[in-house]
Amino acid sequence: MPLKSFLTAKVAAENMHEKKPKFRPQEALVEAERCLYCFDAPCIAACPTGIDIPSFIKKIAEKNLTSSARVILESNPLGASCARVCPVEVLCEGACVMLDRDEKPLQIGRLQRYATDHVFENNIQVLRAPAKKNGKSVAVIGGGPAGLGCAAELAQLGYSVTVFEKDEEAGGLNTYGIAYYKMRPDVSIEEVEMIKKIGVKIKTGVEVGKKIKVAELEKKFDAIFIGVGLSSNALRLNIPGENLPEVVEALDFIRELHVEPLHKVKLARRVAVIGCGNTAIDAVAQAKRLGAEEAIILYRRREQDMPAYPHEYASAKGDGAEFWFNVLPVEVLEKDGHVTGLKLVRTKVNDQGKAEIIPGSEFVEPFGMVIKALTQAPRTDVLKRLFPKLKINKDGTVARNEVTGQTNLKHVFTAGDCANGGREVVNAVGEGRKAARGIHKWLTGEAAVGPIQKTRYGVKKPYGSGLDHPVRAPELEEEYYAKQK
Amino acid sequence: MADLSINLAGIKSPNPFWVASAPPANTAYQCHNAFAAGWGGFVWKTIGTPIVNVSSRYSALNLGQMRMAGLNNIELISDRAPETNFREIKECKKEWPNHAIIASLMTDTRDNWHDFMKRARDAGADGVELNFGCPHGMCERGMGSAVGQNPEVIETIVGWVMEAAEIPVIVKLTPNVTSVVPAARAAKRAGADAVSLINTINSITQVNMETMCPEPYVAGLSTHGGYCGPAVKPIALNMLHEIASDPQCEGLPISGIGGISNWKDAADFIALGATGVQVCTAIMHYGFRIVEEMKDGLSDFLDSKGMKSVNDLRGLAVKKVTKWENLNLNYKRIATIDYDKCINCNLCYIACEDGAHQAIALISPDGHDLGPGRLPGKLIPKILEDVCVGCNLCALVCPVDDCIVMVDVPTGKKHMSWKQYQEGLAAGKLKPIPAHP
Ligand SMILES: Cc1cc2nc3c(=O)[nH]c(=O)nc-3n(C[C@H](O)[C@H](O)[C@H](O)COP(=O)(O)OP(=O)(O)OC[C@H]3O[C@@H](n4cnc5c(N)ncnc54)[C@H](O)[C@@H]3O)c2cc1C
Ligand SMILES: Cc1cc2nc3c(=O)[nH]c(=O)nc-3n(C[C@H](O)[C@H](O)[C@H](O)COP(=O)(O)O)c2cc1C
Ligand code: SF4
Ligand code: SF4
Ligand code: SF4
Repeated sequence: MPLKSFLTAKVAAENMHEKKPKFRPQEALVEAERCLYCFDAPCIAACPTGIDIPSFIKKIAEKNLTSSARVILESNPLGASCARVCPVEVLCEGACVMLDRDEKPLQIGRLQRYATDHVFENNIQVLRAPAKKNGKSVAVIGGGPAGLGCAAELAQLGYSVTVFEKDEEAGGLNTYGIAYYKMRPDVSIEEVEMIKKIGVKIKTGVEVGKKIKVAELEKKFDAIFIGVGLSSNALRLNIPGENLPEVVEALDFIRELHVEPLHKVKLARRVAVIGCGNTAIDAVAQAKRLGAEEAIILYRRREQDMPAYPHEYASAKGDGAEFWFNVLPVEVLEKDGHVTGLKLVRTKVNDQGKAEIIPGSEFVEPFGMVIKALTQAPRTDVLKRLFPKLKINKDGTVARNEVTGQTNLKHVFTAGDCANGGREVVNAVGEGRKAARGIHKWLTGEAAVGPIQKTRYGVKKPYGSGLDHPVRAPELEEEYYAKQK
Repeated sequence: MADLSINLAGIKSPNPFWVASAPPANTAYQCHNAFAAGWGGFVWKTIGTPIVNVSSRYSALNLGQMRMAGLNNIELISDRAPETNFREIKECKKEWPNHAIIASLMTDTRDNWHDFMKRARDAGADGVELNFGCPHGMCERGMGSAVGQNPEVIETIVGWVMEAAEIPVIVKLTPNVTSVVPAARAAKRAGADAVSLINTINSITQVNMETMCPEPYVAGLSTHGGYCGPAVKPIALNMLHEIASDPQCEGLPISGIGGISNWKDAADFIALGATGVQVCTAIMHYGFRIVEEMKDGLSDFLDSKGMKSVNDLRGLAVKKVTKWENLNLNYKRIATIDYDKCINCNLCYIACEDGAHQAIALISPDGHDLGPGRLPGKLIPKILEDVCVGCNLCALVCPVDDCIVMVDVPTGKKHMSWKQYQEGLAAGKLKPIPAHP
């Protein structure tokens, strides 16, 4: 049967309500006041963009929301998105000292949202670029979180930056890929607007390699940053029936619900999602919320092997999604050119940790739609075409210096999913920012530091108590260790 | 069960908890409710020529979500007629013969004081309290703290009062003085039976940044108000001790007031020499029912210490406060961290580093077996025992109970006070202690 939509606009919107709603003012104050204002706080170290969390929380407690948002956005220009989409359980909140006091960690994500919402709702521009530019220019390929993180940092350092984005809107997966109940795409768009306001030019609908050649960029710009992310195509299943119309890529399904009205998104009554990473979880939960009676994850390994975060798993189960472990699809069944079900086999995980098919265990289950949520493929082909001499690792990631983002081509820097193999928005932003500093150092020889928690580092007796290591400030850390040698 | 009853200068009450002269003690209605809730005494809202109050009247110091850590007010004495107040005292006394009702009084001339004393006795009050403390409004009219700040005037007025006194007289002192002792001595010299303290402290709590007018706001202006509530307790205890330890005030019963919110606060006052206590802000915050917690807490505490009555606790800490010059310079304690409890907030580190003596280092956590869930490599605090001066700061800032404990370190040296040190130096028997590097 062809796919169809099931819900009215009202019900679809209700089902997709935000999971972590905005704090009411007093809630935010009560929460902010719990923060201990730790010194060299572990939450900061656990944030890939190193936001000075105690500082921004203290400012919320002091009802200074504008400054609070500035602290956040200077470290992480996508701070409003990250507040909603970060897996805080394994990042900042997972490191909060409150856990050691057997208390709930600070709700850092929700506080971060509270502060950043304030400046976006009231149209307050907190990011600033120097009035006088430094005369240098950088081309950024890809307007996703990595590209935006890099561009915003460069603009704040005085560079002229142009971002080339092939999609209609910038933001990358942050605009088109995040589960709808975590964040509305307009948050991502607003951040793009904020970054434009500090002078970053963003050219959307421009695919580098097609509309503009790399050679041209190399002529016009002093450095190039690559933040093209991963391909929207996942690896293939390589089973019969894979090309039927009701077999879709998870990213295409998710993208559809970002560009179409929610209630128009088409599904079947019984939906299979293949794979068990975080993308699969997002897909199954959204399929369920948009009216699938049954939305089932099919995973070839065991529950404990699942790559998805435990909190995402628990949340999807709460949404009514089902999980079948130790099953592997071997064929998509069809009638009249439409999906009718899956032929599955049972598996067991052997001593080497590999899933093995149990012979004779075949069975058939009816499904009207199959969502493939396997690992996203790297954009190796495209990159090879754009930069024939660029060094690419075996796993398809772009080879780079971890701290500066510099590739084997000295004028080319990279970060984000295409360099780290696919992590989170916040990693892409943090790495993008680091690469911006790498570019700055390469072009000017100057080290850019901050804004990070203003603490001392490496003060030795007799002046201070003595520190084993520098406290915080990764950039300074490097310098410090260099001096020690 | 320990006996909670007290006898303050002849005024008997079933427990040491009295409602202080303030809004909770305004009417007979409140008096009934207070005694029904379990309060032992009721110091009637100060009776005088009826005044006119303004609106608004209160403002507070909040510590974040913790409301009213300090309360400020610009209210005056009772706005009801003396005859109403005395009539209601009479009614209440009839109904609560075993509870203490004290008439708080404020007036000006000798004749008026005599008149008030007579009416208080006729109403059946168990005693009177002379309000020499109110720090706003009334002092502009030569009463309240205008009296309390001048020991000679105290002596004169208490003298007038005693001429007509047939029931015990308590003099309520103001804290708005450099030393409260001369006032207490004056009251005693003039024959007062007891003193009570503290009344409220001059204060401004805050400025409203929109109006640029402090709170409480009265038609575009504000005024200096009286401060009370938990924030004033340490100041009250200090003044209480000054009187309790003053040889000239010896034997003068004291009713302790100021910031008492729970049994422990009350126990602090009693241990420092108060016979009983009075409470205002805690009632204004939570209502009369709060006395339940106070009574149970004090009673259970006394039981746990094997004390038979409140009297057993009274004054136990008075002698424990001495002059600085008598303290032992050779005593040493240092901080120790219980790593099982430490949550690694590193507040102790930064407090000592920036705010004290640079005696805490941040070191690698390796080998400290701090359990899972920690950020790998996160530096942990370590007390540098030879640098620690034992100031307590880290233990005070540590957010985990009993995580930083101060422990005695034997110095092997004999007790030596500053006085002995100076004497030793003068006699050439001691070498100067080298200055801190
Ligand atoms: C389904 C799904 C859900 C996710 N959910 C979360 C989540 O909840 N929280 C979280 O933190 N992370 C999540 N992520 C991960 C996160 O989205 C990515 O890690 C992040 O977007 C990576 O940023 P990036 O800039 O490296 O790449 P992308 O976001 O992929 O951006 C790359 C950009 O480059 C553009 N581009 C590519 N080639 C060219 C070219 N030749 N010329 C011009 N432009 C080009 C692309 O159009 C795209 O806009 C999710 C990922 C997926 C797939
Ligand atoms: C609003 C208000 C009015 C008060 N009025 C009087 C008064 O009329 N007479 C008096 O002796 N003390 C008055 N006080 C002082 C209280 O009796 C008491 O001494 C003071 O509040 C300290 O105690 P607390 O910290 O428990 O509130 C008043 C206090 C407040 C808050
Ligand atoms: S670890 Fe928790 S308590 Fe400490 S600063 Fe961070 S959020 Fe606040
Ligand atoms: S007691 Fe004082 S000096 Fe000693 S470690 Fe603690 S804060 Fe530092
Ligand atoms: S203040 Fe207490 S909990 Fe925090 S690091 Fe120091 S010892 Fe540990």
